Amino acid sequence: MKFERYGIGIAKGLTVTIRHLLRHPTVNQYPEQRLNISRRFRGNELVWNQEKCTGCGTCAKTCPQGAIEIVTSTDMTENKYVVEKYEVDTGYCINCGLCVESCPYEALYFSHAFECARYRRGELVQGKEDMLETPERKVSGYFYPDKAAKLPKQTLLVEKITEKR
Amino acid sequence: MATAELDIYHLVKLQAVPPDWPGGFWWHWLFFTVVIIGFVLTMVMGVIYIERRGMGRMQSRLGPNRTGPFGLLQPVADAIKVLLKENIVPTAADKLVHWLAPVVAFAPALMLFAVIPFQNGALLADLNIGILYVVAISSVSTMGIFMAGWGSSNKYSLLGAMRNVAAVVSYEIPLVLAIVGVVLISGSLSLNQMVVAQDIPFILLQPLGFLLFFAAGCAEINRSPFDLMEADSEIVAGFHTEYSGMKFAMFYLVEYAEAVAISAVITTLFLGGWRGPLLPPWLWFVVKVLLVFFAMVWTRTTLPRIRIDQLMAFAWKFLFPMALLNLFITALQVLADWPAELAWAMIIVNIAVMAIIILIWSKFFFRLGGGRIEV
Repeated sequence: MKFERYGIGIAKGLTVTIRHLLRHPTVNQYPEQRLNISRRFRGNELVWNQEKCTGCGTCAKTCPQGAIEIVTSTDMTENKYVVEKYEVDTGYCINCGLCVESCPYEALYFSHAFECARYRRGELVQGKEDMLETPERKVSGYFYPDKAAKLPKQTLLVEKITEKR
Repeated sequence: MATAELDIYHLVKLQAVPPDWPGGFWWHWLFFTVVIIGFVLTMVMGVIYIERRGMGRMQSRLGPNRTGPFGLLQPVADAIKVLLKENIVPTAADKLVHWLAPVVAFAPALMLFAVIPFQNGALLADLNIGILYVVAISSVSTMGIFMAGWGSSNKYSLLGAMRNVAAVVSYEIPLVLAIVGVVLISGSLSLNQMVVAQDIPFILLQPLGFLLFFAAGCAEINRSPFDLMEADSEIVAGFHTEYSGMKFAMFYLVEYAEAVAISAVITTLFLGGWRGPLLPPWLWFVVKVLLVFFAMVWTRTTLPRIRIDQLMAFAWKFLFPMALLNLFITALQVLADWPAELAWAMIIVNIAVMAIIILIWSKFFFRLGGGRIEV
């Protein structure tokens, strides 16, 4: 004998909604409250280490979108390549992470920034200066567990942060 | 003999209709008109806030919380926004009907409050046929809604309006039959008299009547789960698809003013109106209205929208026979002259009868769909 037909189902539903009313809301007020994103975040932007980079161009070759453009010249006195131009069009980036994984000299990382919206398409292109590591532009722990250990732990629940009602 | 009758009449009159408080016919009229308009507008703003915040919390969101403290000014912000919007009238629309419809829909919602007592005798007109007036007037706003649907010359509007008319015509019957039970017990059609008669709130003496009235009332004003006429997944926004600017605001106002009106009628009929301890009567009235409205929000968040065939089946195959049975049982109890000291027994009996009737009817008689085996 199913009791759902006699209004028991409705009563159950009503208790569910009233429990939700008394419960903590699961949303967060985004600009004021931010949850910590994953430590191994595959960011849209890249962070590039100028000292470690040898200008080999592996990243550019492995990029399936061809979004990385690298131009080098030879420095005969020091006997090495000089990176003249290093540009990433993040508008084409598919966040596959192959460039980061393929770099033989650990010179390329994902950025930990997630607010990458721009007003113009041209602004999506990252130049050499926009890719250096700064306190604001943190390195994501993707593919580098030692970097990940330094980042704050991911928060999934709103209860962890103070709330504005 | 004649003098004694006159005295009794005089006594009853005194008890039921206290002295005209602000004094004088026109002053009375002016005072209560202003009070009613102010009451409806402020209550509408209040209930919009309750609905949006309460619904938000029930859906694990916060609801609007940006405008003013706790988002209290959200209705004001909405009103200003909608006032500044462009008023677009479709080229093919019936201009006069399209223009008149919001007014026709809004006026009855306001007029309902003329007979609802805010405290003993504090009402615009203590009609001796008050509840009949409520039933008659509340159906008029359907006219405005149908005018809106027809005047827009839009198939979705017309469909929504047709659904509304179908729902109102069907649900009017259980609604009125549920009221009749209350009328039988209280022995009066005047709303003020009904409240005076409620030493025990009629929700206890008429539990089935309350449920019927609540369900039918929700369907009457097309609140969810009976909001087929503005089912946005099927017919855009129903009858007010083609409305914008201030006219849309009027329909928005109608929706909530009707909800407040039905809450007020439920409060008056079943919850003891303005009666209650400690607090002033008008405050009790407002609190009860808000409680009933909260119940509406609660059911709205919980229940999914029903189909048109379910809507009709619910009205004719469930509410209508239930209302008839309720009326029959109430009439028997009134005829048997149930002693007033045994009111508590009547409460228990009526609640038990309600449970048994609902169980039996839904088990053996209520079926959806004529041709299909299982729906």
